[in-house]
This record gives sequence, C-alpha cells and structure tokens, in this order.
Amino acid sequence: MTGAGLSALWSYWRRNPLQLFTLIAGLALATALWTGVQAVNAEARASYDAAAATLGEGQYDQLLPKAGEEIAQETFIALRRAGWIVGPVTEGQVGPNGAIRLVGIDPLTAPGGLGPVGGGGGMGLTEFLEAPAVFADAATAARLEGLVDAPIVVEPTIAPNTAITDIFVAQRLLNAQGRLSRLIMASEQPLGRAPLAQVAPDLVRRTAQGGADVGRLTDSFHLNLTAFGLLSFAVGIFIVHGAIGLAFEQRRGMVRTLRALGMPLGRLITLLAVELGVLALIGGTIGVGLGYVVAASLLPDVAATLKGLYGAQVSGTLVLRPSWWLSGLAISLLGTAVAATGALMSVARMPLLASARPRAWATTRGTLRKVQMSVSLGLLALSGILALSAEGLIMGFGVLACLLIGAALALPGVLGGVLALVQSRATGVTAQWFWADTRQQLPGLSLALMALLLAMAANIGVSTMVSSFRLTFTGFLDQRLASELYVSTESAEQGAALERFAASRAREVLPLLSVEAALADMPAALYGARIGATYRENWGLLGEAPQVWDRVAAGDALLVNEQLARRAGLWVGDDLSIAADLTLPIAGVFGDYGNPIGQAIVAEDVFTRLHPEVRATRFGLRTDDPTALRDALTQDFGLAPQAITDQAQIKAFSLAVFERTFTVTAALNVLTLSVAGFAMFMSLLTLAGMRLPQLAPAWALGLTRRKLGQLELMRAVVLAALTALLALPLGLALAWVLLAVVNVEAFGWRLPMYVFPRDYAVLGLFALVAAVLAAAWPARRLARTPPSDLLKVFANER
Amino acid sequence: MLLDVKGVKKSFQGAEGPVPVLRDIDMTVGAGDTVALTGESGSGKSTLLHLIGGLDTADAGLIKLDGQDIAAMGDSARAAVRCRDIGIVFQQFNLIPSLDVAANIAFQARLAGVHDAAKTKELADALGLADQLHKYPENLSGGQQQRVAIARALAALPKLILADEPTGNLDEATAAEVLAQMLSLVTRTGAALVMVTHSPRLASQMNRTLHLRQGMLA
Repeated sequence: MTGAGLSALWSYWRRNPLQLFTLIAGLALATALWTGVQAVNAEARASYDAAAATLGEGQYDQLLPKAGEEIAQETFIALRRAGWIVGPVTEGQVGPNGAIRLVGIDPLTAPGGLGPVGGGGGMGLTEFLEAPAVFADAATAARLEGLVDAPIVVEPTIAPNTAITDIFVAQRLLNAQGRLSRLIMASEQPLGRAPLAQVAPDLVRRTAQGGADVGRLTDSFHLNLTAFGLLSFAVGIFIVHGAIGLAFEQRRGMVRTLRALGMPLGRLITLLAVELGVLALIGGTIGVGLGYVVAASLLPDVAATLKGLYGAQVSGTLVLRPSWWLSGLAISLLGTAVAATGALMSVARMPLLASARPRAWATTRGTLRKVQMSVSLGLLALSGILALSAEGLIMGFGVLACLLIGAALALPGVLGGVLALVQSRATGVTAQWFWADTRQQLPGLSLALMALLLAMAANIGVSTMVSSFRLTFTGFLDQRLASELYVSTESAEQGAALERFAASRAREVLPLLSVEAALADMPAALYGARIGATYRENWGLLGEAPQVWDRVAAGDALLVNEQLARRAGLWVGDDLSIAADLTLPIAGVFGDYGNPIGQAIVAEDVFTRLHPEVRATRFGLRTDDPTALRDALTQDFGLAPQAITDQAQIKAFSLAVFERTFTVTAALNVLTLSVAGFAMFMSLLTLAGMRLPQLAPAWALGLTRRKLGQLELMRAVVLAALTALLALPLGLALAWVLLAVVNVEAFGWRLPMYVFPRDYAVLGLFALVAAVLAAAWPARRLARTPPSDLLKVFANER
Repeated sequence: MLLDVKGVKKSFQGAEGPVPVLRDIDMTVGAGDTVALTGESGSGKSTLLHLIGGLDTADAGLIKLDGQDIAAMGDSARAAVRCRDIGIVFQQFNLIPSLDVAANIAFQARLAGVHDAAKTKELADALGLADQLHKYPENLSGGQQQRVAIARALAALPKLILADEPTGNLDEATAAEVLAQMLSLVTRTGAALVMVTHSPRLASQMNRTLHLRQGMLA
C-alpha cells in the first residue's frame, strides 16, 4: 500500500516538473542564503575561538602592563615566588606589514595548556618542548617560510595568521629577549598570596569575559548578516509555501480518489509528510551546496571587513563544518514544515466526499481575506506598541518580525483596494477588464508579491542603515581624526622627548593617554585629553552642558561616550565616579561608533594626577605642513618612518573597510532581490497554465493573443510598481527600527537616519526590471498559445 | 448474504435543521447479484451508495458486508474494507491524472496487495484498452476513461462493485457498450454489483431494481 501510495504521489511531481522545480528551487535558495550566512558566521566564530584558545583570551584572567607594552621577566619571577600561578606570553608581529602574529608561550606554566599545546589540541607537550619549532595552520605556515629561522610545523587547530612557538624561540625571533607581553593567570590561585599591588604594582588585572573578546566586538556585524540570512530565508519560504499550496490544491482530486480506493487518512498524511521531507532534504542539500558557494565568495570580503573593523583574524578559506550544513538541512526541513502545515491540515480535515475541484487556490475567500487583514493590523499595532514601549534586543527583533509579517499580510488587501479604486475610474472596456482581471489574479500572485515586498523593504532598510552608518562614520572620522599625524614612540622617555621636540614644530601636540578602568561598574577606558582648539573645534557632542570644554579643561567635569551613557543610564548633568576619591559631573556625551566599551575623558591634569605611572607613548600632532613635520621627525628626531601614520592613511583605510562591508551588503541585497524575482517568475509561470479559462472568453470576444500577452506583462509591471511603492515606507520603518531600537539595544549607540532617494529610485527600477524579466516568458507563452488550446476551454474538455 | 443493510438512516444539516435523506433503509444483495438503484434526483441513491462503500457514515442502522458491520467501523477499518472488498466506479471517473492507464488500472490492486500484472492486462484487453496502457487520462475520451475506472475497480477482485451513474457522462451508444462490458466482467469475476442509474433501460439489464423515493425504498 505504501509503495502504491508513494508512486501515485510522486507521479504528480513527475507530470508537473515545473512545480517540482519551483519547490526545490525555493527550498534550495532559502537554505542557500541562510546556510551561506551561517557558514560565514561559523567560520568567523571558529577563528575567534581558535584565537581565544591560542591566546588565552576570554578564558583566563590576564595581567597586563598599566602603561607601555612590556613586562619585565623579573616581575614574572616575583609573581611566581609570591605564589601567583601565571604563565608568560611574548608576542609580536612578523612578516610583511606585521601580518602574522607570533605568540610565544611557556606550556609548562600556561594554565591548562593553551590552544593546541597540552590541552585538547593535536600537539603533545613533549613534542612541543623537544622541537623548537613554530606551529601554524597551513596557510600561515606557507607564508612563514623564509621569515623565521626555525622549523615550521603545520597545526590546523591554530588560529589564522597566528603562529605559536616556545617563548624563548619567540623572544629570539622577535628580538625581545627577557621581555614579556602579558601574563595569563590560572583559574585556581592559592589563597593568601601577596596582593598584586604589592608584588607587581605596574600590572593591571583584566578579568576573563567568558568568551572571545573579538567575538563580542564583531557581534554587530554577524547580527546584521544573520538578519539578512533570515530575511532571505523568509522570502524563499514564501516560494515554498506557494508551491506546496498549489500542489496540494491540484491534488485534492487525487487525495479523494486515494482515500475512496482504500488508503487510510493517517497513512496518506504520513506519506505526504515523507514526500515533503524527502523534497526538503533534496532542496536543503542543494541549498547547502549553493550556500557553500555563497559563503566562499563572501568570506574574503567578510574576513577583510572584520579584520579592518575589529582587527579580528578570520580564515579566508571555508571549512565544511557539520554544525552549519546540518543546521542548513534542519532549517530546510523546518521551513518546509512551516510552509506545509496548513496544507497538510487542510488535507486532514477535508471530507472524503468533498469536491475534487481545486478549491480556487488562486482565489482567496472573502472571510479568509478579512482574517488576514485583521491579523495584519494586529501585528502592525503590536509592532508600534513594542517599538515605543519595550526594551531589550529580543523585543527589538520582535518589533521587526511584527512589522514585516504584518506588512506582508496587509499587502493583498492594500493592493486589492488600490486596484478596485483604479477599476472604478477606468474607462474603456479593455481597461475595465484588465483591472478586474488583475484583481482576480491578485490572490494567486500575493505570495510572490509579499516576497518582493519583503526583499525590497529589507534592501531599503539595510541599505539605509549601512549608508547612514557610513555617513555618520565618515563625519565621526573627520571629528576624531583631526590630527594630521599620529606618532608612536617606543618608550615613555622617547615620548617625552618627542613632545619637547614637536612643541615648537607642531601647532598642537595631543598625547593619547588611557587606562582600563571600571566605570559605573562596567569595563571601560579612562582617557586623558589635552583640551585645546582641536577638541573645541572638531568634536561634536550628542548632548552637552554650557561651557562644556572650559569645564572639562578646568578639571571640573568629564565627557562620556554614548555607550557608557546609555548602558549606565547616565546623561549630561549626572555624576560619574572615576576614582575612589573623585566624582565628576558629566558635561557632555560624545558619539563613539564601533567601540564596544564605555569611555570617559577627563583633562590631562586630572588623568595624570590619578595615574601618574601612565605616560604617553602615542601622540596626535596638529600641523599645517605634515610633510615637513614628518621629515623632521624621521630625519632630525630619528623616529622610524613606520612609527608615523598620517590622517589620510587612517581615513582611507577606515573607508576602505566600509567599502568591503558594502560589497557584502550589496551582494546580499542582489541575492535577496533575485530570490524575490524568481518567486514572481515561478508564480506567473504557474498561473499562466491556469489562465486559459479566464483568457479564452476575452480572446473569443476579440482581444488578440498578442494583446493578451502584452497585458500580462503590463500586469506584472503594475503590481511590482505598486509593491515597490509600498516597500518604501516599510523599508524606511525597518531602517528606523534597526537604527533606533536594535542598534541601541545591541551596541549601545543610536545612529542618525539619513534617506537616500536616488538609491531607492534605482532599487525600484531594479524591481520593475525583475518584474518584466519574470513576466516575459509566461507572457510570451500566453501570446503563442495555439487557438486549439483556447477552444478546448469552450469544448469543456480540459 | 454478501450485503445486508438494516434500518439505515441518514440526515444532512440544512438551513432549517436536519434534512432526512435516508429513512429506515433495509436491503440485501447476494454474491453475484446485480442490483440497479433508481430514483429521482435527491432521493438518496448516491448517499446510500456512499454509506455502503464506507465513504460516509450512517446516523443509525447496520451495513454488513460479508458479516462485518461497516457502519460501526472507524475510518481506517472502513478504508481497509474499501481497499480489499469493494470496487467503486464514479460518474466522474476519478482517475489519477498523473498515472498512466496501466498504473491506474493496477492501482487499487497494488493498494490491496493483490496486484497481478496478467490480470491487469487481461482486463485491459477485455475493455479494449490494450493500446492505451501508456497514455495518460487527459489523452483519453470519456468512454475510455470510464473503462479504465471499471478495470481499476475489478483488478483488485472485490466482492462488491459500487457504480454511481457510471455512464452518466457518456453518450448513449458508448454508455451501452461500457455497461455491457462491465456486466460481462462482473459476471465473470463473480462479484456483486450495485449501480445507481437514472436510466430504466440500463436498470432493466440488472437482476433486480430497487427504487428510492424520498429516502425510502418503494
């Protein structure tokens, strides 16, 4: 019985390959974009985790120098003697432009083994100690050839662009004998050991944050990618829903016959579910394959973006990770289940003696339409209420979901209303028939149009967010990178000498002073600033008290960044404690885009009083002649050229990073829109086969087949244009939610929203082109329908 | 007795309350018997046929097929009886459009697990379908489609054939030809036949005629 039932069900797909293709293609596209994004995210996270495992970030507390970048070996010895269980790390950059991070560890004292050594990695402790080798993954190992005078061993578990070796080998290769970069603390420390301030007062303890630091930094980027993946998946599922709905409606007769001939309902439902499961797995497998291609093509840009924005090292090559391809198959099955639940329930509830005639798949019943509209209005209202009242990131996504689903459900009703209005004003019989016929086609095309609406709204929303970010960030860079030259010195003494040297040659010398601090009980950084013309003229503030700069310069107030202000619930006028004996009022709040932690700025004098041990090694220099100053610094002062970076270089680098981000966003935009275009194409093609009974009377009454084809094309363009118009306010609303709700909840800053009418017009044009392309073939087929086929409608032989 | 119907009642919900369609029906059909069920439109002929076939459930009464009470069975058990013991020929043919003629004929027999390729071919030959086996229903005439439906009903070797106006969609000459073939095959397989028809001429070719009037057997 099972075999006979399956063969009957399968025969439907064999006879309707176009529908089968639509279903599998929909599933494959939905899965592809989802798994593509997941693959990119998984690859990036694996790289972060590898880095965290290698470098001890995230898992263990660390001791870092309060100022400068080095710890003396004697300090390490003193700590060990005082009972502190710490492991030394020396690290530095090797290779062209310092592209490879060389990390030297001491596996005997490193807590629990680090990365591949001694822990869960593939390298034994004895092996590591016996062979004074440098370990790296294959790509990095290849680049290390000729750069280090030690044997190179390939170890795939090591993070990309990172090499690990014994600490003495690293010190030799980095020419840093006796110098340590940081100390990693074991989780368990003996009780009663001498306090850090007594043994090593120059060190500061940074607590573990329970995860890869860089992972936290890059969450915003991955969140955006995930949101895009989900939207693309939703668009794909619309296609699947349409294909399954049509297939089930057309098989009502078969279902009735199968049951009448003796197939139990339960068995039938099971077989239908199995059939869909198999199709979902096929579509999912193809999707995972396509997702791999999408991910492989996106990953280099994503890796470059992450490196540029956050300094995160992400492997540029993709690994087939079971987690993402299994999740791809799972999401394909889940999507099919969601799309098919209604259809399966309808089969389960269908009386055996129900009419076998397809129950007008292409015509939604009035009551259903009213229910859909009510649900839509409810969701839109809920979205508005949540946007104004709710808090938290999950709520932010709740707002997005309600807004998008509500708007998609409202689309058929709104389009129906517009078409009814146009129809009532149409003059001429052809026009009246055209608008009436378009209204009749609306339910059949509504899923595809909903997909188009979502894709366009996502495009508008995400593009607006990214473009607003770029615009804001560019302005922000202009403010923050006011100095013409940025200079790094090797020591505080060299820094002091440079300050004296530059005092007469530069318009302003701005030392960059900072320490890690806990502000408002949150990890943050405290900066000391020499308040002068540069700050007063260039820094725009989001909120400020009168005479803000005078007060900060006088040490009577401080500035905080937006992240700290929002997270701590502080604003201008509130007090912030920056030391046990110093609390200052907040005189201004500044935007600080891209920085994940809080920041406070006090006057240089206040900072030096609080942290006399911290001395500046980096400086911003204001000058009218950067070239002359650069020459003086290198030739007269003896600074290495690579210690000087000019403003233009940094800006160009930062903007280049954004261009890479745009490449990723643009690629995802194109993919999502393509999926929506495909949904429209398949819907039109499917409907074309069902259109003859509606078109034959018009043909018989005098409309030529060519004219009918042209009208079909025009119908698609009209519907796409109306959908594009409706997508604009939806996309802007989406952008507002992303900028004003999700961004604030996720990252702590709110970006101003800008609109880009030209971009929207171009997008609308793309949508129309997609509609014309989607409708061209079905319309052509219709225009070439043989008269004999049209006559069959009247012969009742169809 | 192959089929024993006793005290069967059935009502449908109308706008102004339940509308009785069958009132206290008693009838019997023996093995190999051929019975015509006649009556005006709305008299309850098709409803009675659906109840006997287990396609619908009676409000009251017994419907025993080979000693088993169909009326008391659940959906799955009734489906099993339909599959194994009953062949149904519909007025609208109800072939599976995506299966070719050969697969359609064999379909119920495969469901019942009694498929015999030789039997399928024999039925196709007897009904003049030997040249049509690889065609799809959409490429057949109405008469040919009904022949396929008859072959499908007989291929599973059921004890009872139920035919609901099987020639209602055919012209007179084709109808006569199809009915003759069906009667011949039913007689040959030894199955019983209950056929709903409006045509006195077709009814006259059955062993017995039962006439329904306002939900009761006259």
